[in-house]
Amino acid sequence: MALAPPQSDQISLRAQGRVARRQAFSRLSRYILLLATLAGIGVLAVLAVDTMVRGLPVLDWQFITSYPSRNAVDAGLRSSLLGTVWVMGTTIILAIPVAIGTAVFLEEFAPKGRFTSVVRLNIANLAGVPSIIYGILGLTVFVRGVELQGVTLFPALGTTILAGSLTLALMILPMTVIASVEAIRQVPPSIRDGSLALGATRLQTVRHHTLPGALPGIMTGTILAISRAAGETAALIMIGAFAFIAFDNKSVNEDFTTVAIQIYNWTTRPQEAFRANASAGIIVLMVMVIGLNLVAVLIRERFRRK
Amino acid sequence: MTNSIDLRPADTRQVPAETTLRATLASERPANVIAEPTGDIALSVEDLNLWYGSKQALTNVSMKIPVKQVTALIGPSGCGKSTLLRSINRMNDLIPNVTTKGRIRYHGVDLYGPGIDPVEVRRRIGMVFQKPNPFPKSIYDNVVFGAKVNGYKGNFQQLAEESLKRAALWDEVKDNLKKSGLALSGGQQQRLCIARAIANQPDVILMDEPCSALDPIATLKIEDLMRELVKDYTIVIVTHNMQQAARVSDYTAFMLTDEKTTGQLIEYGPTQELFTTPRDKRTEDYISGRFG
Repeated sequence: MALAPPQSDQISLRAQGRVARRQAFSRLSRYILLLATLAGIGVLAVLAVDTMVRGLPVLDWQFITSYPSRNAVDAGLRSSLLGTVWVMGTTIILAIPVAIGTAVFLEEFAPKGRFTSVVRLNIANLAGVPSIIYGILGLTVFVRGVELQGVTLFPALGTTILAGSLTLALMILPMTVIASVEAIRQVPPSIRDGSLALGATRLQTVRHHTLPGALPGIMTGTILAISRAAGETAALIMIGAFAFIAFDNKSVNEDFTTVAIQIYNWTTRPQEAFRANASAGIIVLMVMVIGLNLVAVLIRERFRRK
Repeated sequence: MTNSIDLRPADTRQVPAETTLRATLASERPANVIAEPTGDIALSVEDLNLWYGSKQALTNVSMKIPVKQVTALIGPSGCGKSTLLRSINRMNDLIPNVTTKGRIRYHGVDLYGPGIDPVEVRRRIGMVFQKPNPFPKSIYDNVVFGAKVNGYKGNFQQLAEESLKRAALWDEVKDNLKKSGLALSGGQQQRLCIARAIANQPDVILMDEPCSALDPIATLKIEDLMRELVKDYTIVIVTHNMQQAARVSDYTAFMLTDEKTTGQLIEYGPTQELFTTPRDKRTEDYISGRFG
């Protein structure tokens, strides 16, 4: 038998008892979560403000265009900025084709099986390896070269831009591969089926549909990886990139320094004036990284609108 | 007899050789076949068995699909009709761990024979999918894609116009071929996919529930289009909709999965006869809506 409908004066839709308690807790959680968010932002803000206060007075055109110097007042970022541009450029050229190739192979060509799952697992693990390990590898293989019973397996490159870029390329490769794999997975399978059903080969399908569809994701992932490489210090110091560079880099076979290394260098000096230089260097590096991230966002938005 | 069709990769396409099969005598027919199609046979499925891993999806399917007719595959979900359709242009090759036994002869040539290239097969046997899947490119690029990757040498503009006209879409899009294919309505998208398949100059067009994502009006348009296209193409359509099968097809195959056998062909014959005088109790039950 159905219950009689309640009279309107008997209905109270105010929260009572358990409902009231659940609702109160839900409202409270908002503030607890806000606190967690603020913890991160707060620390970043304090660091940023501190850096700005120390660095901004030093930061001027002369600082950007001067070579390093023993005098803190004369010292600048010219060679390290150029070095960063060289290293980043070379790293991109080395890493991106390999990363995209790996991702396309894993997603589109390799048979799904034990082999690919082992490769995937290893790539995920490699993304978590500390950068200094890549530095040790770079020092052993790229800088000093590998020789086995008189046969040169890899030529000794010395502490050059090429050796540094190879090291950083290895370091960002796992991240870039993972980002590319994810981007390729976002391309709907129906598009692939449609292409294959029209008699396109796998490669044609990748070239005309999968890669264009995955490109925004691949580029975003790549730029984020590159901005991590831009701030990388440990791996480069490990391979010995700690030189005093007072010339403009002209080829990948030269010694180099980067902004991150220069900052580290300045912070190790006892004089207070160099600390200010380090802060100014951090501001420059921060602007570079934020700029790169902005480019990544712009690319993503642009492609999304299309 | 008809081994002149070369499905191995080749740049020149040959016209399918003329085939004449004599009408089968009643005594030679499989029990579940009401009447074998007479005339030219485009596709002849012979004892086809298919497994996904260790799970069987098709069991001993044999049927002859006639040239320039619409053949409908009907049956409840999981009866193997889509699997059968996808075997015809070897789309099942793309799924890992698929095992196929038996033969599908295309004008006499075994599609699963040695040296047969699936890309070449798909060029001749086009496909339209359940959900319209235009490429995220312009209408024009969508239509000419197949021709482009297959090294078509003729006039692309003309090909695009011709194909869109045949797919009854030209009048709606002719002023804006640069527009994205995704900007079209569902029914238009499906007709774009048909135009795309036609532009490849196929011989057979497979359609996997092409109207299931469309409204009744768009569905009617596609059905009209099918009747128009069947003058030049062999069409095989999978459909959930029995009225649709009755409306558009010349031959109908009823498939079923029961406790013992998965993906078997229960009954096959001219649509009219299958719907009016089914021989098998299960066919009768299905078409009268008693299950499925």
